[in-house]
Order: sequence, then C-alpha cells, then structure tokens
Amino acid sequence: MDINLVRSILTAVLFAVFLGIVLWAWSSRRKSDFEAAARLPLDDDLAEQEMAGNNGSKGRAQ
Amino acid sequence: MQSQSTYNYTVVRQFAIMTVVWGIVGMLVGVLIAAQLIWPELNLASWLSYGRLRPLHTNAVIFAFGGSALFATSYYVVQRTCHARLFGGWLPALTFWGWQLVIVLAAVTLPLGMTSGKEYAELEWPIDLLITVVWVSYAIVFFGTVFKRKTPHIYVANWFFGAFILTVAVLHLVNSAAIPVSLTKSYSAYAGVQDAMVQWWYGHNAVGFFLTAGFLGMMYYFIPKQAGRPVYSYRLSVVHFWALIFTYMWAGPHHLHYTALPDWAQSIGMIFSLVLLAPSWGGMINGIMTLSGAWHKLRTDPILKFLVVSLSFYGMSTFEGPMMSIKTVNALSHYTDWTIGHVHSGALGWVGMVTVGSLYYLIPRLFGRTEMHSMKLVTLHFWVATIGIVLYIAAMWIAGVMQGLMWRAVNPDGTLTYAFVESVKATYPYYMVRLLGGTLYFSGMLIMAYNVFKTVAGQKPAESVIPAVSGAHA
Repeated sequence: MDINLVRSILTAVLFAVFLGIVLWAWSSRRKSDFEAAARLPLDDDLAEQEMAGNNGSKGRAQ
Repeated sequence: MQSQSTYNYTVVRQFAIMTVVWGIVGMLVGVLIAAQLIWPELNLASWLSYGRLRPLHTNAVIFAFGGSALFATSYYVVQRTCHARLFGGWLPALTFWGWQLVIVLAAVTLPLGMTSGKEYAELEWPIDLLITVVWVSYAIVFFGTVFKRKTPHIYVANWFFGAFILTVAVLHLVNSAAIPVSLTKSYSAYAGVQDAMVQWWYGHNAVGFFLTAGFLGMMYYFIPKQAGRPVYSYRLSVVHFWALIFTYMWAGPHHLHYTALPDWAQSIGMIFSLVLLAPSWGGMINGIMTLSGAWHKLRTDPILKFLVVSLSFYGMSTFEGPMMSIKTVNALSHYTDWTIGHVHSGALGWVGMVTVGSLYYLIPRLFGRTEMHSMKLVTLHFWVATIGIVLYIAAMWIAGVMQGLMWRAVNPDGTLTYAFVESVKATYPYYMVRLLGGTLYFSGMLIMAYNVFKTVAGQKPAESVIPAVSGAHA
C-alpha cells in the first residue's frame, strides 16, 4: 500500500476520533462527572481554611 | 511524617520567586535591544551586541521567566487538584536547580556567541542534553503525582500541563538533533528545507504548547479560583483541549510561506492555522464566561483584571495569528515589525499577564498570607503594564504595515520606490514608542518585585496539609 494512502487514512481516523471525543464530552452521562471535576480547584477547603483565607470560599457550596 | 501530610511548597516557592527575577532580567535585555535599534552606539561590545542579546532576550523571557512560571504553577496545581504531594523525593529539587543551571549557562554562552542558530533553540548541545535530563525529571514528577492522586478525576488544567510537558519533550529531542564538532559547536542533523520545516514545526509548537497549552493550564486553575466559581463549561474545556492538540501540530509551515517549502505544505499550514481560531476562541470564551454572574468582581479585583485582560489579549493574538497565516496577508506582514507586534501581543498580553495574575494569587499563599502586601500596587502594575502593551503593539502594527507597503511599492517602470534604508528611517518614531511601551511593561515588573519583597519579607514559608479524605463527590 502507498505510504501516502496510509497517512490519509490515519488523518481521517484521527478526525473521526476527535468527533467521537466531542460527542462523548457532550453526552449527558458525563454531566455529573464533569461537574465534580469542575469543582476540584474549589473543593480543597481544608488547606484553604488552614491559611485563614476566604478566597474561593464559594467553593464550599456542597 | 510531616512530608507525608503536606504539599511540597518549597519548590513552588523557589520557582515562583525566580519567575519574578528572570522576568526582570529578560525584560531588561528586551528594553536594551529595543534601544539598540534606535541608537546603534549602544552596541558597546561584541557580547553586548544586538545579534547576541536578542536570543538572550527571547530565551530569558520564554524559558527562564515563562518556564519558571510553568514549573511553579504546574507543581502547585497538580498537587492541590490531585490531593497528593509531588512525586519523586528529591527530583523536584533537581528540576529547580537543573533549570536554573540551564538558564545561567544560556546567559553565559549566548552573549559569547555560542549558538546553534535555531530560533528559540539556540543553546548548544551540552546544554540541550542538560535540558533533556531536567525535562524527563519534570515529566516523572508531574505524571507520578497525577498517577498517585487521591481525587477521582484529573482536572483539566493538569491535562494542559501534561500535554505541554510531553510535547515539549518531543519537540526538543527532534529539533535539537545535531552533530557536535566540538564542545561548543554543532550542526543540525537535518539539511535544507527539511531543516527549516523541522525548525518551524518546533518553533510553532513551542508557541502552541509551551506558550499556550501550559499557560492555559494556569488559566483553568487560577481564574476559577480567583473568581470563586467553577469553569464556565467543563465539557467545552475538554473539547478545547483535544481540538488544540489535534490542530496545533500542523500550523508550523505558515512560518515558511513563499520559501522553498512545497506549496501544498504551505497551504496546509495556512488552513490549519485558520482552523485554530475555533479552539482558541472556545478556550478564551470559556475562561471569560467563568466570570458570568460575577462581573462586578472585575471592577474591584486587580488579580482578576490581569487574568481576564490576559484572555482578551489571547483572543486578539489568536485572531491575528490565523489572519497573518493567510498567504496574501503574509506577503505583506512577513519579515516586518508586524510579526514582532503580534508576538508581543501574545507574550506581554497573554503569557505575561496570566503569569503575573497567577503569581499575585500564588505568592501570598506560599508565605502564609491571604493577599499581597499592597493591592494598590497590584492595580498600579496592571495599568502600567496594560498601557505599555498597547503602546508596544500599536507602534509595531503601524511600523510593520508601513514597512510591508514600502518594500512592495514599485514605480511604473518596475523599479523599487524605496530603498530598504528609507523604511528603516521611517520606522524610528515607532521604535521610540515601542521602547516607551517596553519600558512601562518592565517598570511594572519592578513594582511587582517590590510588592513581592514586602509580601514575603519576614514571613515564614507556609505549609499546607493535604486533605485526608478524597475530594467531595457531588
């Protein structure tokens, strides 16, 4: 097989993979996991309190 | 026992302080070479000449200032979002001292004229080997920490930092491949147009992964943190990440329009550069919209001002970049000062502002305080820096377009309307404005250094306990 055909196929496969990632990211099954992940920077309150800071205090909503 | 239960803040502190130090050094060299373009008399000695100091400036601001900032913030963010102490015992310390040694060696060898001649990869092969050792250690520390995390998810900022570390390793190894002829001289392993293409594959991905992906990691942690709310759309951040990864690698040929590079390769470079506008703006919108519902904070919080204005410059320069990659636009812009303006809109506006904003958040917390010594000085720094950038890039835009128009102007008989030196002469006023803008930006860094000194002086280094139980589930 011509090496350039392999390259073209690989490019098309990678594009399909990317479309797959977009669909995966927008699927409703990911919603709760993503919400938990998005809170990660805001949820490290123990260390936050220890420094007597109040920045990011909104992150303690849960 | 202590080391089991606290984060490693020591290495973060070291890198954070050195970011300020190297920022001042790198930008001072920038101011000097801007002045040399106006007053050639300032080329006082061969080792103080423009040709040798220009690579020193770029290496210092990208790898010393930007690199130290990336080490500091990635080490901080990966620990705090993984609830794990940095992996690797003494390896983080090795990355700090190793990286400082690389910087010092660069500061000695570049003015002495030792260079491999590859832009942003000028350092000679022994230093390249040292960089490789430091970088592999960095990867082990970072991914080791991600691997032993106590949280269920790998936060998106760590994906960006991880991609930056992996890609820079590959770029460095491929582009720095060389045949040494002595301790201080080597020649590229590639020749001709292949060498040029490898160089700009490296060069553009250094922009894409060192100066973009890494600093986006900063953005995705420090904007939510400072705004006190989660990122606007997490799913958009995931797509943003993969779109950048899949697209950036192809954009390098736009640095080689109208050269010996085959036309089809130039066109692919142009098309993928245009495609890049979408993920870039997706990321910018995601960052800015994180503030939706809390816009009032932007009025009072100078740290948020830094972070949000950095995103505005990111949006501007990632719009400008694709436009300049269009071949017909590039025919006007290439080799002119427009390129310099574009680079500094990204470097001073995006990379510089997001770094400074993140450091103003980070430094007090590393020294047991909740905010900087003087928030008034932070506000002053913000305005001085912003005015400096606007003067700088506006001057370079006008100068660049003027140069491009003068160079392409022809008389009816086909001869050139202007000699090259006439375009140089016409550029002088803009070089003055650029010097003023650069000096303002540099002054902002001095204000920052004073504020940092007052913040950390007499303070004990802070320790922070790692939460015992893993992060809360929704």
